Amino acid sequence: MLDAKIPPGPLEEKWNHYKSHAKLVNPANRKKLDIIVVGTGLAGSSAAASLGEMGYKVKSFCFQDSARRAHSVAAQGGVNACKNYKNDGDSVYRMFYDTIKGGDFRAREANVYRMAECSANLIDQAVAQGVPFGREYGGYLNNRSFGGVQVSRTFYARGQTGQQLLLGAYQALMRQVHQGHVQLYTRHEMLELVVIDGKARGVIIRNMDTGAIERHSAHAVVLATGGFGKIYFLSTLAMGCNGSAIWRAHKKGALMANPSWTQIHPTSLPQSGEYQSKLTLMSESLRNDGRIWVPKKQGDQRPANQIPEEERDYYLERRYPAFGNLSPRDIASRAAKERIDAGYGIGPLKNAVYLDFSRAIREQGEDKIKEKYGNLFRMYQKITNVNAYTEPMLISPAAHFSMGGLWVDYELMTTIPGLYALGEANFADHGANRLGANSLLQASIDGYFIAPYTMANFLADEIKTGPIGIKHPAFDAAESQVKEQLQLLMAIKGKEPADYFHRQLGHILYDKCGLSRSAAGLQAALGEIKELRTDFYKNLHVPGGLGLNGELEKAGRVADYLELGELMCYDALTRNESCGAHFREEYQTPDGEALRNDKDFSFISAWGWTGNDQPPKLHMEPLHFEFVAPTVRSYK
Amino acid sequence: MHIRLKVWRQENTDSAGKLESYELKEVNEDMSFLEMLDVLNEQLMRQGIRPVEFDHDCREGICGQCGVMINGRPHGPLKNTTTCQLHMRSFHDGEEIYIEPFRATAFPVKCDLKVDRSSFDRIIQSGGFVSVNTGQAPEANTTRITSPLAEAAFDAAACIGCGACVAVCKNSSAALFTSAKITHMALLPQGKEQSQDRVLHMVNQMDEEGFGHCTNTEACEVECPQEISVLHIARMNWEFNKAHLLRK
Repeated sequence: MLDAKIPPGPLEEKWNHYKSHAKLVNPANRKKLDIIVVGTGLAGSSAAASLGEMGYKVKSFCFQDSARRAHSVAAQGGVNACKNYKNDGDSVYRMFYDTIKGGDFRAREANVYRMAECSANLIDQAVAQGVPFGREYGGYLNNRSFGGVQVSRTFYARGQTGQQLLLGAYQALMRQVHQGHVQLYTRHEMLELVVIDGKARGVIIRNMDTGAIERHSAHAVVLATGGFGKIYFLSTLAMGCNGSAIWRAHKKGALMANPSWTQIHPTSLPQSGEYQSKLTLMSESLRNDGRIWVPKKQGDQRPANQIPEEERDYYLERRYPAFGNLSPRDIASRAAKERIDAGYGIGPLKNAVYLDFSRAIREQGEDKIKEKYGNLFRMYQKITNVNAYTEPMLISPAAHFSMGGLWVDYELMTTIPGLYALGEANFADHGANRLGANSLLQASIDGYFIAPYTMANFLADEIKTGPIGIKHPAFDAAESQVKEQLQLLMAIKGKEPADYFHRQLGHILYDKCGLSRSAAGLQAALGEIKELRTDFYKNLHVPGGLGLNGELEKAGRVADYLELGELMCYDALTRNESCGAHFREEYQTPDGEALRNDKDFSFISAWGWTGNDQPPKLHMEPLHFEFVAPTVRSYK
Repeated sequence: MHIRLKVWRQENTDSAGKLESYELKEVNEDMSFLEMLDVLNEQLMRQGIRPVEFDHDCREGICGQCGVMINGRPHGPLKNTTTCQLHMRSFHDGEEIYIEPFRATAFPVKCDLKVDRSSFDRIIQSGGFVSVNTGQAPEANTTRITSPLAEAAFDAAACIGCGACVAVCKNSSAALFTSAKITHMALLPQGKEQSQDRVLHMVNQMDEEGFGHCTNTEACEVECPQEISVLHIARMNWEFNKAHLLRK
C-alpha cells in the first residue's frame, strides 16, 4: 500500500501544518547541496530559479536550443487562480471542489486543495515578474471563464498566457544563471537516472550537438519533463515532447500512476492528411463565445452559412444546458466523437464539428472578438486558409495532456527517495480529467511554491553527505547502458524511419486507448503493440552517426513509447469503470455518460516495472474522501 | 504539386557547406513547410542520404525554434508568419525553393539548417528580467496598470526569440530582439526600477556577442512573425542615452 504522507488536520490546515513542521536547510548549508532539474518549462524553470535564489547549487537541462522554448510556451488560454476579483462567489474551497469534481473524484483532496490555496500567490509572482496579464480599463486584472466552472477565475495574456508565464519563469532562471547559482545546459537530453543506495543521485545526459555522453551528480533530482501525449503521434504537443526521462526513471524503480488517463482536447484543428505531423490546438477560451454544432441531417453537404438555425444541433447546449459550450473537456470531446461516429461529422474527412462565432460577432461586434481572440483567428486562417469571422471554424478532438505520470507523494517525491516529479510529469492534481487553465497553474505552483519547501525536508538530511561525484559504479553501469542502447538502435539497420513506427503506435492508441476503450480493444492493442515493438527492433533505420542526429533522438523516444503504450493499455484494461477521460464502453449510463465505480475503483493505479516483456505490477493508493462526498459528476 | 529544392548542407560548424538539389514530385498544398521537409527527409533516408537537420518544435508558431531562409527571406514569403505556419499553398507548382540557415556571426551554423542562438539567452541573462525572488511579490492588484499600457507592454513581450530580425538585417543586428525586452520591462512599473542597468548591460552584451549595429533599415519589422515594431529600437536608444547620461 502506498503512503502519500498527507499531513494531519483539517483540509485548510494541511499545507500550513506541513510548512511549519518540515525540516529546513540553513542558508549557509544550501551551497553544499547540488540539485539537478531536468526540463525548463514552467515547472522546471520555476523550480530551478526558486532553488537557485535560495542558494542551492542547481544544474538545469533542456533538450530545446533555449530554455524559453519548452512547450509550456504554447499554452494559450489562461491560468486559474481564486482571487475572487470578479466578486462572483469564488473561494479556495470552490476552486478545490471544481477541480476535484472536474477530475471525477480521482485525485487526492489534500493535493488539490493545496493547488487552489497557492493559486492566488502565483498571480502575484507573475505580475511582479512583469507578465502582462489582461487588464480592465481601470487598470485592475481581468478574468475570463473556462470549462467546468461557473465563476470567472482565469487570468490571461491574450491567447499567449503560457508564453508570457514561461518567459517570466525563464527570465527568473536566466537571472540565476547570470548570478552563477544555476548552470544551464541546453540541447542536453536525459537518457538515464543514476540511483545509488536507493537514492536518486544523478543523471546520464546526451549532448545532442556533439553526441557526448555526460555524467552529472546531485543530492536530488527533479524531473519536470512534461507530458507524453505525443505518444499518440498526432497531438497538440511539440514535436520534441517525450516520455523518455520519466520512463527511464520508471524502469529504475519509480512507479507510474494512471498512465492511460490522457486528456483529449475538444478544440483542435482536424487532421487533413497522412503527412500531418501535429494537430494545432485552438484555445478552450474560444468556447466562451463560440457555439459548437453539427447539422441535424447526416451528411449535410451545404456550407455552414447556408444551414438555417433550426437545422443545427448545438449538441452541448442540448445535452448539458447548465454548462453548455463550457462543459469540461472530456465531456465535450466525447460528445463530439459521439456525433462524428454517428455520421454527423463535417469537413472533407467527416471528422470535425463547427465552432461558430456568428452570434458573438453579431452581439459584441467583430472588433471585440478580434481583441479577445485575434491571434487565434489569425492562426486558424494561416493553417486552413479560412476566415473564421465569416464562416465557422472546424474543430476536432486531439490528444493533449497526460493526467497520468510518475507517482508522487504529497511532497512531490516519487517512490525513489530524492527523485521529484513536477508539473505534467507527475500525476498528482488533476484526477481523471484536467480542467482548462489548471495545467499552467499546477506546473507553476509545483516549481515556485511546493518543491522549494518539500525538497528542503529531504535535503536537510543530506548536509553531511558531501559531494556525490561521478565515479560510483552506478554511474559506470548507467553510462554503459545508455551507450549500448544507442548502439543497438544504430545497429538495427532496417528500412523504416522511427516516425513510421510512431505513427502506427498512434493509430493503435487513438483507436483502442483513446476517447473510448473496451476490454476487447485493449487486449487487441496489447498484442499489436508487442508486434510493433518486435518489428521496430528488426526494421528500424537510423541514418547518420552518434553525433548530432535528429533521427537517433526520435528513435530513442519511440523505443520508450513502445513500452509506455503497453503500460497505458494495461492501466486502462484493469480499471473496470469509466471516470473522466477514461471511458470504458462497458461502463456507461443508459444516456451514454461515464459510469464511475467508487466501491471498487476509488484508488490510484501505480505501476511498477518488472522487466522487459513482463507484465507490470499494480500497486494501489486508496483515495480517501474526508471532506467532499464523491457524487455523480453532472454538468446538466 | 511538384517542387525543386536547393537546400544548404553543412556537416558541422567548421566544415564548408553547399547547396544540394532535391526534388519532390507530390507535395500537397495543405502541407506546412516543415511537413514538406519531413517528407523530403523520409525520401532522403530511403535513398541512403543523411536527412536534413532543421530546428523546430511546437509547430504552432510560438516556441520560436524553427526558422530558415526561404528564397532569401527569413520564414519565407508570408508576412508575420513563422516557418512552421507557412503552407505549401504559398508556392506554385514547379517552383524552385532555396532553403538556407539564418546567417549571422552570432548565430554559428551547427549542422545544415540548425544554428546556435544561445547569444539571445546571454542577452537576457545580462538584464532581461525583473529582480524579484519567489515569495517577494506583493498582492497583484496593488499596482494598477491601465489596459492600453499592459497591451503596449504585451506587444513588445510577444517576441518569440526566433532570430528572423537578425537573419534579415544586413548588419546582423539584434536591436529588435533586445529592444523588445527593454521596452516590455521599461513600460511596466515592475520593471522601471532597473531600467537603467538593464539597458546598459543588454546593449553591451549584444555588442559582445558580435551582433552588428542598427542602421534603421526596418527590415526586421517586416520579417518579424510577431509584428514587433521598430519603435522599440527608438525607445532602446532613448533609454540607453538617458541611462548613459545619468550613470553615476
